Formats: sequence, C-alpha cells, structure tokens
Amino acid sequence: MTPVLELCGLQTSFVTPGATIHALRDLSLSVARGEILGLVGESGSGKSLTGFSINRLISPPGRVTAGEVRLHGQDILPLSEPEMRRLRGRKIAMIFQDPMMTLNPVLRIGTQIRDALLAHERLSDAEIRTRAIAALDEVGIPAPEARLRTYPHQLSGGMRQRVAIAIALLHQPDLVIADEPTTALDVTIQGQILALVQGLCRDRGTALIWISHDLAVVAGLADRIAVMYAGRIVEEGPVDDILDAPAHPYTAGLIASVPVPGQRGGRLQQIPGRMPALTDLPPGCAFAPRCARATAACGTMPPLTPVNEARAVRCIHPLGQEVPA
Amino acid sequence: MAEYIIRRVLQALLVLTVMTLLVFFGVNVIGNPVYIFASSECDQACLSAIIADLGLDQPIWRQYLTFVGNLAQGDMGKSFTHGVPALHLIFERLPATLELAFAALVLALVVGLPMGIYAGLRPDGWGAKLVMSFSMVAFSLPVFWIGIIMILTFSVQLGWMPSVGRGDTVDLGFVETSLLTLDGLHHLAMPAFTLSLIMMAMVIRLARAGMREVMFTDYIKFARANGVPERRVLGAHALKNILIPIVTVLGMEFGGVIAFAVVVESIFSWPGVGKMLIDAIAVLDRPLIVAYLICVVFMFVTLNLLVDILYSLLDPRIRLGGGRA
Amino acid sequence: MSTATAPAAGSARDLTRRFLSDPGAVIALVVFTGFCIAGFGAPWIAPQNPYDLRQVDILDSLMAPGSESFTGMTYWLGTDGQGRDMLSAMLYGIRISLVVGLASGLLALAFGTVVGLIAAYRRGWVDTVLMRIVDLQLSFPTILVALILLVILGRGVDKIIFALVVVQWAYFARTVRGVALVEGARDYVEAARGLRLGGIRILLGHILPNCLPTMLVVATMQMAMAISLEATLSFLGLGLPPTRPSLGLLIANGFDYLQSGRYWISVLPGLVLLAIIISVNLLGDRLRDVLNPRL
Repeated sequence: MTPVLELCGLQTSFVTPGATIHALRDLSLSVARGEILGLVGESGSGKSLTGFSINRLISPPGRVTAGEVRLHGQDILPLSEPEMRRLRGRKIAMIFQDPMMTLNPVLRIGTQIRDALLAHERLSDAEIRTRAIAALDEVGIPAPEARLRTYPHQLSGGMRQRVAIAIALLHQPDLVIADEPTTALDVTIQGQILALVQGLCRDRGTALIWISHDLAVVAGLADRIAVMYAGRIVEEGPVDDILDAPAHPYTAGLIASVPVPGQRGGRLQQIPGRMPALTDLPPGCAFAPRCARATAACGTMPPLTPVNEARAVRCIHPLGQEVPA
Repeated sequence: MAEYIIRRVLQALLVLTVMTLLVFFGVNVIGNPVYIFASSECDQACLSAIIADLGLDQPIWRQYLTFVGNLAQGDMGKSFTHGVPALHLIFERLPATLELAFAALVLALVVGLPMGIYAGLRPDGWGAKLVMSFSMVAFSLPVFWIGIIMILTFSVQLGWMPSVGRGDTVDLGFVETSLLTLDGLHHLAMPAFTLSLIMMAMVIRLARAGMREVMFTDYIKFARANGVPERRVLGAHALKNILIPIVTVLGMEFGGVIAFAVVVESIFSWPGVGKMLIDAIAVLDRPLIVAYLICVVFMFVTLNLLVDILYSLLDPRIRLGGGRA
Repeated sequence: MSTATAPAAGSARDLTRRFLSDPGAVIALVVFTGFCIAGFGAPWIAPQNPYDLRQVDILDSLMAPGSESFTGMTYWLGTDGQGRDMLSAMLYGIRISLVVGLASGLLALAFGTVVGLIAAYRRGWVDTVLMRIVDLQLSFPTILVALILLVILGRGVDKIIFALVVVQWAYFARTVRGVALVEGARDYVEAARGLRLGGIRILLGHILPNCLPTMLVVATMQMAMAISLEATLSFLGLGLPPTRPSLGLLIANGFDYLQSGRYWISVLPGLVLLAIIISVNLLGDRLRDVLNPRL
C-alpha cells in the first residue's frame, strides 16, 4: 500500500541575492495510514520547516528547491497555488505550537470554523452551525453552542488548542502535521491533548506527523521516529528499537538527557557544545564537532544507511560498531 | 466596560474645561471685547454701559462662569457682521465642512488602504517603493501648495475641474449634500482629494506596517494551512487586525482634518466653517471666532472619545477585558 | 573596556564621511546651504528692497518673468500685483521663513529639552504630570493649536514663533525624556554616580551629550514641519503681517492672480518653499540613518 505521505530527497532553501542557505537537505521519510511519526530535533534543526515544506507555506524567501512531496503517491510540488490550497485543510492539516497565537484574536470562534468549512465545502448557515457544534463537541469542549460566539482570548490555552484541533480535523484530513502542539501547555493539559489527538487519528486512520523537541512525549505516542539534526534526518526507525538501541550518537545523547522517572540523584547526561548555524556547517557530518566518536572519516557526509529493513542511520561509526582507532 | 467609558468621559470633560478656559481668557482677557461693541464716537458713559452690559465689571471668575453657563445653553453670542447667533451660522456652514472631511476620509481609506496593503505584501518591489515615495511626498508637502498646483493644473491649464465653491446640492430634509449630484461631486473632487492626502499617507504607512506584521503571525499561517482562500485571509483575517490601529489614528486625526479644512476651504472657496473662520478673522468677528474654536474643540474631544469607544468595540480584547493596556 | 566612559558615537570625521556618501543628502545640503546664503544675504543680493516703497513702481505690476522696466531693470522672475520684483521678494521671503523655522525650532528644542530632562531626572509624579501634559498637547492637531493661538495673539513674527514653539516643544520633551531615561540606566552613568558626581553634573555632562544626536534629528524634522506650518498659516493670513511677507504670504498674494494665468507670482515662491522643505526632510532622513538615534 502506498504511504499517505512520502518525502523524497526534499531540499528547502532560503535564496537571497547575497547568499543561498539550504535549511533542509536530502530529506526523505514516509508516513502510512493510521501511523504516527515522531519528528524529533532541537530548535533550528529544521523540523518545523519540514512541516511547512510539506504544505508549501514557507515564508519567503524560503522555498523547496529539490525533491518530491508525494501525497498518496502523487508529487504535489508541481501543483499550482489554487490546487495546493484545495489540499490544505482538506487533505493535509496543521496544528501549531502556541494556541495563544493560532487563533485570530479579532474573529469569533464560530467565524474561524465557518471560514475553514467554506474553504472546501458549500454549506448553508444551518449546516455550518451543526458541523461546527459537532466538531467542538468531538474535541471535548463543553457547551459548544455558546463557544461559537466567543473570542479566543476568552478561552484557556487548553481550550484554544482543542478549538484549533477541531478546525484542523473539520474535513477529515488524511495527514495531520502537529508542530509541538503541547509545548506551550500545562503538563496535565498536555496529557489530555496528546490523548485527544492520538484517539482522533487512530479512529479515523489519519496519518500523523508529531513534531517535537521532547523525546519523552514522542516516546509515548509515536509508532516510528525520525531524528533531525542541522536540516537532515540522522536516524529513523520504529520507536522502541531506537529508544532501546540508538545507532546515532546524537540520538543516544538525546535519550540520555531525558530525565527518567524514579531515578534520582544520577547525573543527567549532556551533549557538549551546540548545533552549528546553517550558515556555518562543517563539510561532513554536522554532529562530528560534538561527537566523542568522530574521526577523520566523519569529514565527509555519510548517506542515510539502512541498519535493518525498518531502520536507517546517517553515521560512519554508528553505535554498536567499533570505532577504528 | 462601563467604568472605562465613564473614566474617558470625565477625561474629555476635563480637556473641554481647560480649552474653554484657554479660549475665554485668550479672547476676552488678552483682547478687549469692549472695542468690538463700542462705536468710535462712544464716550465714557457709553463705554461704562457696554462694560456693565457685557458683565465686564464682574470679577473675572464670575465672567468665566457666565461664559460657561451661556455655552451650556448653546449661547455663544451674536456674530456682529451677520447679526445672527454665532452658533446658528456654524450649524448652517458645518454640513459643507463635514461633507468635505467625510469625502476626504473615504478617499483616504479607499485609495490608501489597498496601496498600503500592496506595499506591505511586496515590501521590496518597485511598486512598494513608489507607494512609499508617494506617501512621503503627500505627508511633507504643505496642503495649500498641493491645492494650488491642483487648481493650476486641472482648472487653469486643463480646464477639467471647477476650482471655486460647492456645486449643486440635494436637500435631504435635514441637510443639504452635494454627494448626490454629478455637479456636486465634480466640485467636491479636488478639495476632497487635497484634504485627504495627509490621511492617505498615514493610512498607507499604517496599512503597510500592519500588513508586514500580521502576515508573519501564526493565525494567518493557520488560516492558510486550513485552505482558507487568500482573498478571505487578506480581506477578513488580516484586514480586521490592521484596521484597529488605522481606525484609531484616523479618528484622532479627524479633528486635524477639520482644522486643515480651513486651508482647503480657503483655497477652493468651499462654503464651510473653515472659510467662515478666515472671513471672521479678517473682520475680527470675535463671537464667531470663539464659537468656531469652541465648536471645533468640542467636536475634536467628542471624536477622540468616540474613537476610544469604537476602538474597544473593534478589539474584543479591550471590550471584554476592561481597561486599555 | 572601561565602564566609566560614555559610549563613543563614532568620530565626527567618520560620521561626516558617511553622511556625504549619499548623493541625495549632498544635493539636499547644497540646496539648503544655497537657500541659507540667499536668504540671509538678501539685503545685499536682492536687486531691490521690495518693501521700500520708493523702489517699487506700481506701473511695473504683474510683469512676466524676464520683462524690463522703464528704468531698464530686468525683472528676471517677473513682478507681483504691486510691482515688486519677485526675485527680491522671494529672497526676503526665504529669509523670513528660515528665521521663523530656525528660531522656533531652537526655542522649542531648548524648552522641550529642559522639560524632558526634568521629567527623566525627577521621575515620580513630576514625570507623570509633565508627560500627561505632553500627551494632551500631542493629541491635538498642530494646526488647530497654532490656529487658536494666532487667532488670540494676532499677527507678528514673535507671535508666530511663539505659536510654533508651543506646538513643537512636546515632541522634543518626549524624545529627550525617552533617551535620557535609557542613558540614565547605563553603566557609565552608574559609574559617575559611584564617583559621587552631583545629579545636575551627571545630567548635563553625561546624559545630555548623549541625547544630542537624537535631538539633532528631531530638530531637523521639526524645522521642516515648522517652515511648512508657518507658510500655511501665513497663506491663511494668520501668521506674519503683510509688512514681513514670508514665502507663504507671497504665495497667497499670487493666488489671486492664478486664474488669470499669471502663475509665476504663486508658483515661483511655492517651488522655493517646496525645495526648502524637501531638502530639510532629506537632511533629516540622512541624519537619522547616520546617527541612528533611538527614536
């Protein structure tokens, strides 16, 4: 069966008269129906940009400069802007990080739902109302009828994120890209939102890309994860395999720096140094300057190499192999 | 909300009091009103009679209270050139001025808003540079000079436009307007355009700055990610956000427009209150001058008050959240 | 780096070079300097004193540019309705417009700076009250305030300068207060306090010099506004007396002849006014780019 979404060799660049910066390079991944893919990385690794590259909403001067974005096997990059608009919200939906900023502060909730509905369907006012109430009800918003007339600032952060989720799922999209939708919320609310999105996607067979810097969140949610570093995927595979036995030193570092409940007193591991700026990348593996296992061979960029049929890693000296002295 | 309005009304009353003080002491104390009413062959007894008649033998604070008392009853004295109550004259001339100012306001919005939005969406294009240069020139050139050049070009050289007076008017029962006749609009066009330029420049700047800010917000990205058509994204989601500062500034500047109408009315011989003021100054018709100043200040303060209330209505965050940040 | 030295604003020579690197600014500077020389040199340059009635012949009125009078004098820019040589009248007009613009700008600068420094130095209720007054003043359209004042005061050079100071000082006060508050929080001022320098000495010796770039930029912009406003008020017959005609009044005089095609009486002084305002605005823009003040 063809995956819902496939990225093949995607390259996104910021092209200015002075310089061209490649923010994403050689990015390939896929998500199947009903699958949850966790896209993990630090800020600046390009994980949010990946989301915007998929539905082509990168702010200028950024644009996709190479590769393919296949939706159900069909490359959508050649589509015209009106054709692309027909996909957004209907086939590919997005949920954003900060629910305070996602909803328009000067439009009523009902108006925002209405606009999203009318973007793809011709409906009467009564139908819009029914659909809107049903959508709010589905995401667990109490008294949804009354909410239609309220403005975003009258709702709590958790409620706003529920509204945003309701809007994103209005047209039963095939793919939802969730860009850290729980980061800005309280921990208890985070759990609720996680469970909500997970439940809705499972029920409908929606493919979900969950973008997060928080490995702990992704570990409990995703089926597979892809780890990004400096604009490239460095490791990819089933979530349990990777968490049990990371192959890339960066993944191992990320796992080691997550606090484990029930283990106190032990020092948390840190990855020394910081991610290099995109303008200032080393010629080979971008992680090499921070890597204890780096050798002279790391001066050339390794390809994403299969470890087994389900996993791949972009490393010359993956963990579990001897480093030549 | 009620508390906010009450506080603003009290503030407005304070400003009004200060302004009546200024105008009263300015005109009645620095100048000597006796000489306005006294003929040249008036002897000492005649002068005393006038002084008593005007209440000038009273202590200064009592004079002020009488002045304010009369004001409150709408009595601003009689124009001594026209021999009718000053307020009556003002109300007779005011519709022409308001019509001119209103037409200028509409022109500023209808022309300025699209130009500003365009410049904000493509800030680096040559179109945007053209728009911004226009805004700079419109803002820094003296209004009367622009009016003169318009007359010289369109009336004297080309002979397309009338340069003097108001055209045919239609009596609507309560007010006469030239907005409904072709001849009226023909006469209105040049003065209204001249008067609108400063506001237009401001609308362009505000719309451009607002647009540049709004287009990078998450809620605009979210609307796009939901497939909302670009026309609706700009026309409703973005526009409503940028309109708030524009309406505020325009409302505050409307008093300035009434003041600048003095210049435009003088140039185009538009029969409004501004032209009347200049005529009154030429013959030192003090009651009429005072009446004009008080009326304009009153209008200005009322407008500022209305704008603040309108502003809070437009921005639900202020309307429902209490005071202004 | 020693924390006790004020931040260097770049050497004067460096700033001058950067200022002159923009051709627009150089042209503006040349034009403005030219007008200053022409205006202030008017009594020596002008072919006639247009306000000395013995030199003006009413028979020469409304002559087109380039016409020759009976006495053999050429009116290069024509004459006005009273037979005055337009070139001379404009030179004197430039002089008055510049004097009014400069004088009102400098007085407003001085007064506004004092108010702004006091507000920033005393803080507390003094600051609140002063800034409330500034806000109130700024909430009124400048032309409305100037109109009211001139109606009350009548015509005169001193009166229009007073009115222009009243409408301008608040800009300076607010700007200077803002900059002074920022500067007052800096390390070098803390260091000066540590040396137990008196408040006034810190204010005048350390904070004020650092406000200067900002004040220069605001003053330039305000001067363009003042010249434009003076011209507008004079055009309305509110500003200067007919005995001291500025450019605005010259334009007003010529306005009556516009319909009859004698454009030069109005348009020539208008073009000069335009050139002055635009050159001052361009100078202000360039100064802002070069000095980069915190506005």
